[in-house]
Amino acid sequence: MRFDSLIESVGRTPLVGLPRLSPSADVRIWAKLEDRNPTGSIKDRPALWMIEQAEKEGLLSPGCTILEPTSGNTGISLAMSARLKGYKLICVMPENTSEERRQLLRMYGAEIISSPAAGGSNEAVRVAKGLAAEHPDWIMLYQYGNPANWRSHYESTGPEILDDLPTVTHFVAGLGTTGTLMGVGRFLREHKPDVKIVAAEPRYGELVYGLRNVDEGFIPEIYDEAVLTTRYSVTSADALSRTRELLAAEGIFAGISTGCALHAAIGMARKAVADGEPADIVFVVADGGWKYLSTGAYEGTLVEAEDRLDGQLWA
Amino acid sequence: MAIEVRIPTILRTYTDGAKAVDASGATLEELIGDLEVRHPGIKARIVDDGKLRRFVNIYLNDEDVRFLGGLGTPISDGDTVTVLPAVAGG
Repeated sequence: MRFDSLIESVGRTPLVGLPRLSPSADVRIWAKLEDRNPTGSIKDRPALWMIEQAEKEGLLSPGCTILEPTSGNTGISLAMSARLKGYKLICVMPENTSEERRQLLRMYGAEIISSPAAGGSNEAVRVAKGLAAEHPDWIMLYQYGNPANWRSHYESTGPEILDDLPTVTHFVAGLGTTGTLMGVGRFLREHKPDVKIVAAEPRYGELVYGLRNVDEGFIPEIYDEAVLTTRYSVTSADALSRTRELLAAEGIFAGISTGCALHAAIGMARKAVADGEPADIVFVVADGGWKYLSTGAYEGTLVEAEDRLDGQLWA
Repeated sequence: MAIEVRIPTILRTYTDGAKAVDASGATLEELIGDLEVRHPGIKARIVDDGKLRRFVNIYLNDEDVRFLGGLGTPISDGDTVTVLPAVAGG
């Protein structure tokens, strides 16, 4: 494969079977390896689509400043594109995100503004919206509300999956901005009306839910419940244990949110076996494990790893 | 029939700080009704106008009840119900 520049190489990631984790020859689990994108995560797709949409609309020109609330991967993807295209990037990031993400952002030349740990990404969104109001010349792409986020998956991730696996019956992905599930979900459903679209939502430590009241909760503007078949909440313990299982059984070294999605995918696979129905279940490997080494997720017992992860934003 | 209900930090003012409490009911609606009898005031923080509040998620054994039967979701002995506020990812 040959590309004119790194940006051109976004997408067209491998879909690999998991022969050891699949329960039978009729119920198979497949991993979409999004860590194979240029900056190592699925977020290269929405980041590129959002930037190019803003360029088309004349909102961005070289020298402009982009502002974005992000727990990390979207920021890193934007930072790479911004560096190549001549934009300045400011990321609003919760304090409780891994050191590797911060180092990568700084390397690409992005500025980081920290938001309080309590409340997680909700707080990052609130701080970024405040900054955007104070600096009308900054362009906030706003992944939570930007249709180019889900369109990137509707136009790239979804078609790739259908091309590689026309028999797909389930699509499982982590729920963050909801962009992956909205985009792939809409695309697949248009072509396979019976496909099941399953969200795996990370259940963090209590600190992340430390809002002052229930009305401060946050639902991304691009989220449409009707696209989903169902939605599971996956604990840190289950996500960690599946992340390690994926490496041990299939050799895939993935980030913790991948364990979260795999947990739901295996749940769907068990259900299909129990119902005696064949299934081809695709789940998303959103990124590799590299950026989480410092969290201690891969060392010691699961209980130790879970303790170390408590209060961290791991997806 | 006792069901374990996990309570998020922000609602523990109603449960004397307890992280998990027992309640009973054949449906989620009945369960929340019983929760209100045991911990007055909590229902209004979870349900508004006969519907789940927008920023509150309830999971029955880790599955979002909005995709099961909403407040009418049947509950059985041994189930676990988890209440959580909606938070962002990404």
